[in-house]
Amino acid sequence: MKRCDAMVDVGRRKFLAGAGIAAASVAAASVPVSAAKAGPGPARVDYPSSRLANINDLKVNEPVSVNYPDSDGPGVLLKLGKRVPAGVGPDGDIVGFSTTCPHKGFPLSYNKSDRTLNCPGHYSRFDCEAGGLQVWGQATQNLPQYALRVDAKGDIFAEGIDELLYGRLSNVL
Amino acid sequence: MAYKRQIDRLPIVPKEAKRHNVVCHYCIVGCGYHAYSWPTNKQGGTAPDQNAFGADLSKQQPAETANWYAPSMYNIVKQNGEDVHIVIKPDKDCVVNSGLGSVRGARIAEMSYSRQRNTQLQRLTDPMVWRYGQMQPTSWDDALDLVARVTVGVINEMGEDGLFVSAFDHGGAGGGYENTWGTGKLYFGAMKVKNIRIHNRPAYNSEVHATRDMGIGELNNCYEDAELADTIVAVGTNALETQTNYFLNHWIPNLRGTSVDKKKAEFGSEPVEQGRIIVVDPRRTVTVNACEVEAGKDRVMHLAINSGTDLALFNAWLTYIADKGWVDRALIAASTKDFDKAVAGNKTSLEEAARITGLTADQIRQSAEWIAQPKAGGARRRTMFAYEKGLIWGNDNYRTNGALVNVALATGNIGRPGGGCVRMGGHQEGYSRPDYPGPRPAFYVDKLLIGGKGGVHHIWGCDHYKTTLNAFKFKQAYKKRTDLVKDAMLTVPYGDRNAMVNAIMGAIKKGGLFAVDVDIVPTKIGEACHVWLPAATSGEANLTSMNGERRMRLTERYMDPPGQAIPDCLVAARIANHMERVLREQGNAKEADKFKGFDWKTEEDAFMDGYHGHEKGGEFVTYERLRAMGTNGFQEPAVDFKDGKIVGTKRLFADGKFNSKDGKATFMETKWRGLEAPGKEAEMKKWPYLINNGRTNVVWQNAYLDQDNEFVMDRFPYPFIQMNPQDAAELKLKEGDLVEVYNDNGSTQAIVYPTATAKRKQTFMLFANPNGVQGNVVSPGVNELIIPNYKQTWGGIRKLADAPEGVKHLSFKSQDYAV
Repeated sequence: MKRCDAMVDVGRRKFLAGAGIAAASVAAASVPVSAAKAGPGPARVDYPSSRLANINDLKVNEPVSVNYPDSDGPGVLLKLGKRVPAGVGPDGDIVGFSTTCPHKGFPLSYNKSDRTLNCPGHYSRFDCEAGGLQVWGQATQNLPQYALRVDAKGDIFAEGIDELLYGRLSNVL
Repeated sequence: MAYKRQIDRLPIVPKEAKRHNVVCHYCIVGCGYHAYSWPTNKQGGTAPDQNAFGADLSKQQPAETANWYAPSMYNIVKQNGEDVHIVIKPDKDCVVNSGLGSVRGARIAEMSYSRQRNTQLQRLTDPMVWRYGQMQPTSWDDALDLVARVTVGVINEMGEDGLFVSAFDHGGAGGGYENTWGTGKLYFGAMKVKNIRIHNRPAYNSEVHATRDMGIGELNNCYEDAELADTIVAVGTNALETQTNYFLNHWIPNLRGTSVDKKKAEFGSEPVEQGRIIVVDPRRTVTVNACEVEAGKDRVMHLAINSGTDLALFNAWLTYIADKGWVDRALIAASTKDFDKAVAGNKTSLEEAARITGLTADQIRQSAEWIAQPKAGGARRRTMFAYEKGLIWGNDNYRTNGALVNVALATGNIGRPGGGCVRMGGHQEGYSRPDYPGPRPAFYVDKLLIGGKGGVHHIWGCDHYKTTLNAFKFKQAYKKRTDLVKDAMLTVPYGDRNAMVNAIMGAIKKGGLFAVDVDIVPTKIGEACHVWLPAATSGEANLTSMNGERRMRLTERYMDPPGQAIPDCLVAARIANHMERVLREQGNAKEADKFKGFDWKTEEDAFMDGYHGHEKGGEFVTYERLRAMGTNGFQEPAVDFKDGKIVGTKRLFADGKFNSKDGKATFMETKWRGLEAPGKEAEMKKWPYLINNGRTNVVWQNAYLDQDNEFVMDRFPYPFIQMNPQDAAELKLKEGDLVEVYNDNGSTQAIVYPTATAKRKQTFMLFANPNGVQGNVVSPGVNELIIPNYKQTWGGIRKLADAPEGVKHLSFKSQDYAV
């Protein structure tokens, strides 16, 4: 959990370092907004905290389909059986990823034998054990991974995403 | 942890955004893009009437949508001095890519110079000169005066042979018709420079002399032919990684069987079906895997030949096909010469070829059937032949090229739908120059430079330290010679121009070399140079090029060049202006007059002088007309301008008339002669590992821009060397370990990528990387026309260190798509 928070924090700082996006990222409006109405919008979108599963629902190397941050955002939860980047839970081995290919939006499928997510559209593949690193492919970003939190009851919550999701110009619509 | 941008939303392109035509400036395919730009204090909205796409962006967009862009497609850049948002996204209506973006092209925006978002700050912004022991900024006039005085001084002492030049000859970034003409007019018009080489080879020559000598220009078909062919023959081309969207958008539909309707529409009652492919490559590439995934293993034949033995295979194909009578007799009779001579001279049995190539006779026979056995009802099989660096940079380039064209020509596959015999290409093309005034074979420029020849070296968008053969020894000699001049420059005050020029000329007389580097970024060879001149790149200036099917487009200027950078053509013009001035000052009016005609103010002036004024069909082509033709442009050569459109040429040689005086193509005798380049046979016998080499998907060319891109450098901070896991185990190597690759030519480094599909003792190393130059271990051996042989390199491998920190988070899993 600590690791997870740290990652988000690092991300926020990194984000703010890139000017421009922050300046332009307040909710879209084409009509002129009067000075009185302009307020300090948050630098990042507010992510919902969504319960995806309980750790008891997960078996090693058995993918569980989930949706996050909403029903149009397909994803997967995985228990990998070894400690991995951004992994949570008692073994640091639970991770979650978007399963929409960040290249052209095709649905990824999980290859159990080498624990990669593979795209049938243009053959890109992402390593679930390496933070969604694109092993090979056409996407210009690594696979969006969920910031996960596990509570005392073992419920797994998604509370953020580290890359832009395909097909939306704001991760939360 | 893999690199993540932590960007969770992007500004929306407003309806009012400007839109410019863009062609990707990286590979030959030239995918169409559009650059949208708008003021920084404005943004679009999610409602359909609030954004440029007319789409409801409050909803998730579907796969393949045109209404989305990745963070890599966004930036903030300067346009006419003002900051603007920019989105550069693939164009769905471009027939080349139909909206696909490759992992390279989809980063055009992110790879642009932005002081606002800290991207590509490595770009050169000012002319720089060696002053007080380091490179320091100066004005154009100061830098050009120094360049002109030293260049004129050297020519006065040594003649024009004292001026050495290295120059791009291609299109896209660091090239294009404007800039090849600018440099060409300077060196081949105003001067007659013979000691000149091209960006990736040590002489001024064609990579595909043979096909041209046979009368068959190498870009003779259209991309649609890959959708129409019964069989595609891919030789030494890993198209999925190196011509990505040509492969995905035009080869894959044929291999999937989804272009069958197109075939029916084109060929009427002729039998057609899902395509087949023959891949000739010693290595099992991701291309082979993708072909098998789509077409099924029974429609894909991977001929994993012994490295460098392609020629024997092609001769066996010709022999077998001629024996069977599967040739186009009418075409051979009407439009060609020397068929019988070539068949007799190249006679190679299946068994003989099997022995040389390591294939079985059955594989060779079956592949010949796939190429030429008539279809049901006797219809001629339509076969497209495509080749690239595996052949071009391989053993016996000239004959091997000729041997493949022999097969294509004999089977009637030149100038016909579903055919063609084409190089796949590296960069786009964009060549417009007066003729090279030197001999054939051209001079081996690297060898002359190593041998102490020449006094001044002008370098245009080349980095020999990364992209030449024998690079290890080249660097040693080059550094020594340029250091002599650097040290001499330190002995006089910079502001005393006469003293400075005298000091430089004195060092040159002692074997020194004065080096001028025109580029967009600081390069490795630039570290040895005395002057850097900053060039603008694609999109910072208007630029025209053509792709692998001769499709010419204009990339419009959509942003400002960094600082004082200007297009190469104008750099060339200003060098000419200054040389003219210096010569007049010296009282040499006759020489000075040769430098007239460089009064261009814009890149369009260079275009009109060059392409428009000199190229075949150029009279029909202007910037205004190209702008109107958008990202689809037209296919060269232009033959007319009608109804507001430039009319082009879909396929060359469709009328059976070839590029020769009598219009006939000539078959070539191409006897097998083993490993042809001097020293290669001995190298193979001496060293245990084949050091095959080439590109990888994510990196463009020698990484000149990628070296400053977090996404790419996170993936491959060092070049990789793929090797069989058992070889790695024998050498006690783990994935990510840093190894030295070495032989008698030199040494270099790479990280180990164990790869199950790699054959024993056959490695593959990423080429031209700034952090490990594969060319260091490539021998100086060239063919009779000074074409290098990069591919057939053998060496030893030993461990240097465990995986460095920047490598520990990486994935070394198979690159092959698998479900």
